[in-house]
This record gives sequence, C-alpha cells and structure tokens, in this order.
Amino acid sequence: MTVRFEGRVTRGGWTLDVDGLDIGEGVTAVVGANGTGKTTLGRAVAGLERLERGRLEISGNVVDDPASGVFVPAHLRTVGMVFQDHRLFGHLRVIDNVAFGLRRAGIERAAARRQAGEMLERVGVDSETWSKRPAALSGGQRQRVAVARALAPEPDVLIVDEPLASVDAAGRARLRSLLRDAPASQVLLITHDPVDVATLARRLVVLDAGTVASRGSVAEVTASPGCEWAATFLGANVVPGQAHRTSVTTGSGLVLTVASEADGPVYVTFPAHAVTLHRDRPAGSARNTWQAELERVDVDGERARVHLAGPLAVRADITRRSADELELRPGLTVWASLKATELTVVT
Amino acid sequence: MRPGAATRPISDIPEGPLSQPGTPARPISRLPAALTWVGFVALGMLVLPIVGLLQRAPWSALPSILSESEVLEALRVSLIVSLGATAACIVLGLPLALVLARRRLRFPRVVRAVVMLPMVLPPVVAGTALLFALGRRGLVGQWLDSWFGVSLPFTTAGSVVAAAFVALPFFVVTVEAALRQAGHELDEAAATLGAGAWATLAHVTLPTVRPALVAGTALAWARALGEFGATLTFAGNFPGRTRTLPLETYLALERNPEAAVAISLVLVAVALAVLVTLRDRWMPS
Repeated sequence: MTVRFEGRVTRGGWTLDVDGLDIGEGVTAVVGANGTGKTTLGRAVAGLERLERGRLEISGNVVDDPASGVFVPAHLRTVGMVFQDHRLFGHLRVIDNVAFGLRRAGIERAAARRQAGEMLERVGVDSETWSKRPAALSGGQRQRVAVARALAPEPDVLIVDEPLASVDAAGRARLRSLLRDAPASQVLLITHDPVDVATLARRLVVLDAGTVASRGSVAEVTASPGCEWAATFLGANVVPGQAHRTSVTTGSGLVLTVASEADGPVYVTFPAHAVTLHRDRPAGSARNTWQAELERVDVDGERARVHLAGPLAVRADITRRSADELELRPGLTVWASLKATELTVVT
Repeated sequence: MRPGAATRPISDIPEGPLSQPGTPARPISRLPAALTWVGFVALGMLVLPIVGLLQRAPWSALPSILSESEVLEALRVSLIVSLGATAACIVLGLPLALVLARRRLRFPRVVRAVVMLPMVLPPVVAGTALLFALGRRGLVGQWLDSWFGVSLPFTTAGSVVAAAFVALPFFVVTVEAALRQAGHELDEAAATLGAGAWATLAHVTLPTVRPALVAGTALAWARALGEFGATLTFAGNFPGRTRTLPLETYLALERNPEAAVAISLVLVAVALAVLVTLRDRWMPS
C-alpha cells in the first residue's frame, strides 16, 4: 500500500521532476519553499494533473503512465484531498458537504448523513453547525469540515495542503491528533509549519526547485536536508510547554520568557541560529539563559550545528569559527541563551 | 517606488478613525449641473411611453378585450412559441455555455462574437438570414424539405426557431459569465470525492450557478416573447399559427387601438415581472 511516483508534471509554468519517490504508510510531510512543486505533487497523485512522462502507482495499481496511455481520472482514484482554500460546496449544508463523497459511492442519503455526522463529531464540529451553509462558518470551522469531507469516503491516500494555516488555536491540536491517526493509511501533508513536521511526520520529502532535494525519515532528512531552505526550516527548534502570560514552562521545568502572551499548552519555536552559546554565564539582556550539556557538533562548511541535551534538547547554528574559539566538544557544559523576541509561540 | 516620487512623512497621516461612525459619507457632487439635467431628461424619455400607454388604457374594457378570440389565439401562439424557444435555449445553450466557459477554444474571440451576433443584429436581418438558411430553397432547408418533408417557414415551428435564434445569446452569455466566475475549483473538489463528469455537473456545477440559470431563462423568455421582426420575416403572420402577441398588437393598432393598448399592457406587466425575477442579478441595489 504505497504511492510510487516517478516522472514529470508541468503546471502553470512550473515543472516538477521526480526521479522516483516512495510514499509509505503514515504521515509523510512534503516541505519546500514556495513554488517548488509541493501542491503540484499532491495534485498529480490526486489525478488533477497528468504526468508528462513517467509513472504513478497507488497501492500497486498504475494510475498514470503516459507511455502506455493509462490515466485513471481523479474520481476513480482512492485519493482524498483537503484543499488549501477548502472548496466547500456553497449550495450544500455542512452535513451534505461531508456526505457528498459517501453519496457518490452509492450510499443512501440517510446512512450517508449518519456517517457524515460521526465524522463531523470526530473533527469537533458540533451538531448545531451541521445544517448551516459553509458561508456561515468561521475559517477554522470550514477547515475542519473540509477535513471531515475528505476523510468521510475513507480514501487510501489523503493529501492535505497547508492544513493548519487558517485554523483557530483550539482546532489545531484536535486536527493534529486527527491527522496523526487518520483512517487513511497514507497521509501526504504539504506544510510550511515546523510544528506539523515535529508532531506529525514520520517521513519527510524536501522539494527544491521542482526536484526532490532530500527524503527519508525525519532524522535522516534533518541530518542531510539537501538545500539551504530545508536546512533552516528543519533547524527550527520546537519545544512544547505550558504558557501562562509571557512565561512558558517546558517539560524539564525550565521557564522561557516570550514576547507574546498566551495561556495553556503551546509550542515555542525558534530558529537554530537564534541560540547563542557561551563558555561562561553571559551577562546582558537575554532572559532565557540555561546551562546545557553539549551532545554533538556537526560541521557543514562554514556552519556548525550544535546539538544540546537537557534541560532543552535544541539545535544551535553558529559559525565554524566561533565553534573553534569556544573549543566545543561533546560532554562539555556550556551556557545557552535566547532572546525573547526570537521566540514564536504557536498554540 | 518611482525615483523622485515624494514620500509622505508618517506624521502627516491624520490620527483617529477613517470615518465618523453614524454619519454616512456623502461626497460633494463633481458633476456639471447641466449633465445632471440631461440625465433626468433621458430618464423621462424612458418613462414617458409607459405613461402614454397607461393614460390610454381602457381599464374597464380590459377583461372583454383580452378575452376576444383573436387575442386569446395570439396569446396561445405566443406562449407556445416563447416557451418552445426558451426550452430550445436551455437545451442548446447550456452545453454551449459550458463549452465556452470550460474548454480551451482555438479562436475564443471569434466564437464569442458569433454567439453575441443575434443580440446586435437587426431582427429583420436575422429573419432574412434564417430564410436563406432554413427556407425551402435555403442552404439546409432544401435538404430538410426533400429528405424529411419538413418545411419551417410560415409554421409555428418556424416561429420557435426565429425566437430561439434571437434569444439564445441572452441565456448563453448570462450562464457562461456565472460559470467563469464559479471557476473549476469546486469541480476538482467533487472529482476527488468520487464524482464523475455527469455527477459533478448535476450535483455541483449547475446548483452553483442556479441563480444565473434562472436569470438566463427569464431573459431568454422575455426576449422570445417580444420577438417581432425575425418572426414576421421568417414565419410570416398567420393567425393561430405564427401570429404572436407583438404581431397582433401591430395589426390591432390600425383597426382597434384600444386592443393594441390592452395587449401592450399585458406585455409590460410580463416585462416588469421578469425584472423583479432578475432584481438581485442585473440590478445592483
């Protein structure tokens, strides 16, 4: 039960050229800068774009192979899609939007509505909303309805394009847990959000300028991101914690001071280059200072990526020169500091 | 920014809300006064004929005039012709609108000009053209005649063809515009949910443009009901077969002006009803 993709797709002047990609079970995150072909990849798998050349297999069936004239249209593929712009049917009630795919599969209206209702409950849309039209919903509700609609017909593959962009704080955690154990056996998650990658993805595909720059498990890709954009993106640190106003208490008890107020469970994200390292306790304005044990240093050209163990497992990017000056080596205890303004709080 | 363009210092931007709440902004008129007056004269020009019609209306005699056998016969022919033409517009116009909106055509401007042509063509010219295309000796008409024994000119079917010819663009243009505005995004979403081409059309595309379907149908029907020139030229003026209400009105004007006014009032009422149907679509509030 995998998606095997090899070939070229052109869409609106952009070309995606994939030299052979296997997308296995679980959540695979597709990351890359804007215009690198993430959405095109998803659309080709769904059957909304044709391959120019190459071959696409879903669960062992060839669904697109221009050389032998095979093209299985979108409605005959077992691929569901959550679009970035939701695309709910404005003339149908919420419940009938979700029942749409079930009805097309030949399920009776009453049964389809019952199943649709169950799915809406799972994504956290209460029954008062079921008889409304999409125009009356908030952005977050629309997004959840779109996810429920795509999941209701139980597709083998679910493609989710930028899922959490417009969801409110409460819905985000719920959607994440829903996507993590989605009934679809394979989820292709197109995303810009380091928290999605950290919390959901089992595997990663990095696209750069229309080609696959890196692929593999999250650890493998993080070690070898394949392009500058991905190196920065994957270098981002994601730390869970409990927020109270401008303080976030992390799992180890270390309290981080942040620039924006929040309450409840949050993720604090910050780029690897925002962490500075010192041999001695630093003086100055940085409020977030802690003593950390140095685990490992990876040198890549002029950049050194320093992995710190407890109290916070974070990555720090520093120049190779300062790494040499600090005489960093595994097992050393160093001081790390972080400016509050560099921290982003994600609910 | 263009070189040399002056930037406004931020301190110049006034503070406070953009507009005072509760007092709707009414811009000071920048129109020359004379233009305003000409505008009202034009409006009067549009209203005056209707007023003329109303002041000559034989209100008390209306029921008896409208129940005269000739008028009832013309009404029957008009209903058959206009409804038949409207049905033809939907059956033929919907596929055409879908092709125009969704297919990539080779010469889109030429095709669209051809579709619009009957809207701007003088109806008499349309009738003449139909005669040379579908008449007994016409391009296609001669084959219709010799193969099927079908002759369209001077028949009710001919009136339907003439009315459909002039009304078709109204339906196609209205529906095509709505289809373009709706885009194909929802059709794609339907496809990923297992809907084939026909199911997508029936359950997503058409329901989405339903207001335009209603508007296009009403416009086409109004145009077909009022059709005069093309019908007269192509189908003639035979009572009970091709003499529609507009033709009856024209004839009545000479022998019985009151009847002409009475029928005209009926057609004005229909036109107003159509405008009410279209109020949300074609008349910005």
